[in-house]
Amino acid sequence: MKPFGYVRPASTDEAVRLRAADPAARFLGGGTNLVDLMKLGVETPGALIDIAGLPLDRVARTAEGGLSIGATVRNSDLAAHPDVTGGYPALSQALLAGASGQLRNAATTGGNLLQRTRCRYFQDVSKPCNKRVPGSGCPAYEGSNRDLAILGYSPECVATNPSDMAVALAALDATVVLVGPEGERTVPVAEFHRLPGENPDQDTVIRPGELITEVVLPPPAPGAASRYRKARDRASYAFALVSVAATLRVADGRVEHATLAFGGVAPRPWRARRAEAELRDAPATPAAFQHAVIAELAEARPLSDNAFKVDLALRLALDVLGELAERRPAPTA
Amino acid sequence: MTTQAPQFPGAPVVRREARDKVTGTARYALDRTPAGCLYAWTVPATIAAGRVTAVRAVDALAVPGVHSVLTHDNAPALREPDDPILAVLQDDRVPHHGWPIALVLADSLEAARTGAGALHIEYERDPHDVTLTEDHPGLYTPDEANGGEPALRVRGDVERALAASHVQVDATYRMSALHNHPMEPHAATAVWEDGHLTVHDSSQGATKVRESLAQAFGLDPDRITVVSEHVGGGFGSKGTTRPQAVLAAMAARHTGRPVKLGFPRAQLAEVVGHRAPTIQRVRLGADEDGTLTAVSHEVVTRTSTVKEFVEQAAVPARVMYASPNSRTGHRVVALDVPSPSWMRAPGEASGMYALESAMDELASALGLDPVELRLRNDPQTEPDSGRPFSSRGLAACLREGAARFGWHDRDPRPAARQEGRWLIGTGVASATYPVLVSPSTASAHAAPDGSPHIRVNATDIGTGARTVLAQIAADALGVAPETVRIDIGSTELPAAPLAGGSSGTASWGWAVHRAATDLAARLAEHTGPLPPEGITTTADTEREAGEESPYARHAFGAHFAETAVDAVTGEVRVRRLLGVYAAGRILNERTARSQFTGGMVMGIGMALTEGCGTDPVFGDFTAKDLAAYHVPVCADTADIQAHWIEEDDRHLNPMGSKGIGEIGIVGTAAAIGNAVRHATGARLRELPLTPDALLPYLL
Repeated sequence: MKPFGYVRPASTDEAVRLRAADPAARFLGGGTNLVDLMKLGVETPGALIDIAGLPLDRVARTAEGGLSIGATVRNSDLAAHPDVTGGYPALSQALLAGASGQLRNAATTGGNLLQRTRCRYFQDVSKPCNKRVPGSGCPAYEGSNRDLAILGYSPECVATNPSDMAVALAALDATVVLVGPEGERTVPVAEFHRLPGENPDQDTVIRPGELITEVVLPPPAPGAASRYRKARDRASYAFALVSVAATLRVADGRVEHATLAFGGVAPRPWRARRAEAELRDAPATPAAFQHAVIAELAEARPLSDNAFKVDLALRLALDVLGELAERRPAPTA
Repeated sequence: MTTQAPQFPGAPVVRREARDKVTGTARYALDRTPAGCLYAWTVPATIAAGRVTAVRAVDALAVPGVHSVLTHDNAPALREPDDPILAVLQDDRVPHHGWPIALVLADSLEAARTGAGALHIEYERDPHDVTLTEDHPGLYTPDEANGGEPALRVRGDVERALAASHVQVDATYRMSALHNHPMEPHAATAVWEDGHLTVHDSSQGATKVRESLAQAFGLDPDRITVVSEHVGGGFGSKGTTRPQAVLAAMAARHTGRPVKLGFPRAQLAEVVGHRAPTIQRVRLGADEDGTLTAVSHEVVTRTSTVKEFVEQAAVPARVMYASPNSRTGHRVVALDVPSPSWMRAPGEASGMYALESAMDELASALGLDPVELRLRNDPQTEPDSGRPFSSRGLAACLREGAARFGWHDRDPRPAARQEGRWLIGTGVASATYPVLVSPSTASAHAAPDGSPHIRVNATDIGTGARTVLAQIAADALGVAPETVRIDIGSTELPAAPLAGGSSGTASWGWAVHRAATDLAARLAEHTGPLPPEGITTTADTEREAGEESPYARHAFGAHFAETAVDAVTGEVRVRRLLGVYAAGRILNERTARSQFTGGMVMGIGMALTEGCGTDPVFGDFTAKDLAAYHVPVCADTADIQAHWIEEDDRHLNPMGSKGIGEIGIVGTAAAIGNAVRHATGARLRELPLTPDALLPYLL
């Protein structure tokens, strides 16, 4: 273990200052991923800046009627928040589909957005990985890739983003608020994570020294229902093979509003813009849904072991859209 | 003696150490830190074949707190160990990925680990081969499979019988490697003091560990003490001596200081054994009425280049069903992989998955109820040996299970039942596990006030052995179990065999029963106050437990499963799992139920979630932690019921018990797979049944 410093800043400004002054430092939220990666030797921070004590643990309505979620709000608290279960059911469902009860009690909103891929080559420091050691190679591209990407990857990196929460946030048009040395800015969640291209070591568009302070949800789309569904290898505590978040409003048999995002298939929560464009004003029928989702998945390029994800993504999306259109309840086992 | 009424045998007595465990006061192998203790970090090979050409330790030794680095260049030389996997740090050869090639010792765990990271290791790589295929050119027929079973047994003429049979099944089933992954990783604390070696080891049998250490270090066993007081599970992986005990003892001898060594989870799978992958071809031939005329079970598996271990998956077919023609064989290939070993019901768990799936296929082909098919082929004598069964409760388990489960209401047509998005099906499979027993010693002592004290080097790996042995003694002495003091888990106690092969309670209990019965007789004869030293009796069951039985002795069972398959995603849920067992007399209802249901849960894992590949490029296992290797979680286990049939079998041991630790996993995966077939119409022949496997078969 490499010794590291530990500080608890008193304010967000101090946190940002500390981070900007020390490129080797990392912000510590719940530690559910960062500390694991430190144990694996993947992360070797010079210092941890523990932001748990900052006043970023609140969920509050915004003036626009949306919701502001502090960066250190715990996943389990957020999942149970009445404004979330009431206005953004897909977000609550996504949070509850993630990890385990113990992990959700510790994990934070900001940390969840910044969690890193669970690609096994990334997690094993004895192996090459372009995300961990740029230029070292990607053994997953032709190796063990059943759980990895079908969309948006590059030959340099085929990792997936593992978050459930981020998929729902992407479908719900949430934005990330970042505070850095140059001030505050916002980025849509759907654009917060980068596609790897030739720089897979950069997971997100976050700039050096920037801290996620909150995530802001717009007001719920009037009359739209939302849902998150996840397929996985065991009933709990497993990452998504494929997941889907969607919002849908149908009037007079036509789609008035639709958003769709996939998880488990790409380096970032995959906002299905092409499908959404096809859905807009389309008849709310299985055939139209199928046409739209197939249009999105046409660009999927499965790897050697994960062709099933294309089929699974299609099936899951059609099922969720069908349920939302018919206002059927979510299934139970 | 106390006058409290004895509790009836089988009473659901609570585990003696339950409170200690849930309050954290029970001490495990790493829970003691002797003064001056060093911490060890093992460095595993990162190549799959070749040799270590250099270990440069200058930087590691410069890490503050690092005491020394052990490699094959400077480690104490061992005598040839009783198990080749224990010949660690003896030469430069790397037989598989994960083989220990260095040990870093430091004043703290953190320093040891940092030191390990600072080692510069150079290899000369050889090409490696880690992939099992059914036509691998290196496959050969060994002499024996695990358990000393003949690798090949042939009766009659299977080919001719198959050709002449009314119906045939010819199917090949596949499973990848499975990992034991007990909750407590393998760990040891070793101390040399005045020429005496003491090792606290996480093992299933301290007597065996002492033997291995005596052999490896060339020591008189009297100069070694091994303690395994509390053990956080093993599932077979701690049934043989593992490298942590040897490495810790070696390091303690080398440094002259106590040493603690625990394998981290990520290293565990490559050094503690695993269930080998198998490719199993089963061919069955039957008459029109379902009478089997031919049974052929051919197993292809792999071992390491370090030792030969052959998963005896074809052996249960020698026990299960009557057939005049039978061929049961194993072929194995030595690859550059970690050595496989015992995992809960080795042989039976793998083999009964294939055989019981094939029986279901045969029932479908015949249009016969799968319970009825099994009943029609229930033999009078053990098919392969011709020996009479001491008791055979398979038919009773099938009937009782069918009644309890509601089997007979079942619509046999596949893919006929849907509830919302869920495709519902039910399946059945038989279970079997041999009755094993080994000689043991034990002592019983009555203090001057009459209070009894039992001593036996048994191991409680979470099964409740400590509690059950006290019950056996109490029963023999006619006292309440809570009045019996019992010490287990140390080689300072009378020698006893390991907790394995579902034989612990039978083996230790036999000796405890005899010592306690003798003590009761001595006390009954005694008049006046007991002498100040009390009265002690000892027992050694070498003769009676070592005797070959004229009977075929096996436990049997039946598993019934109801599964729901998500018609959209292919996710499978086990809604109900019901087991009925005929396993002799049940000695503690509570701990027995835990054993049965624990096995069933592990069977759910085998069926649905567990499995580990080997990376062809790097040669390592692909799942290294419990986030990637999916054991079932609570959400995977719904309604699980274990029942048993009272058996009065006089040909076992004085308690009338059969083993119960393993049978719960036997056939469970087949019952679930058969239920999935009933639910969907899809006959999948490879485990685990993950969503991607089901998807191609869903509308």
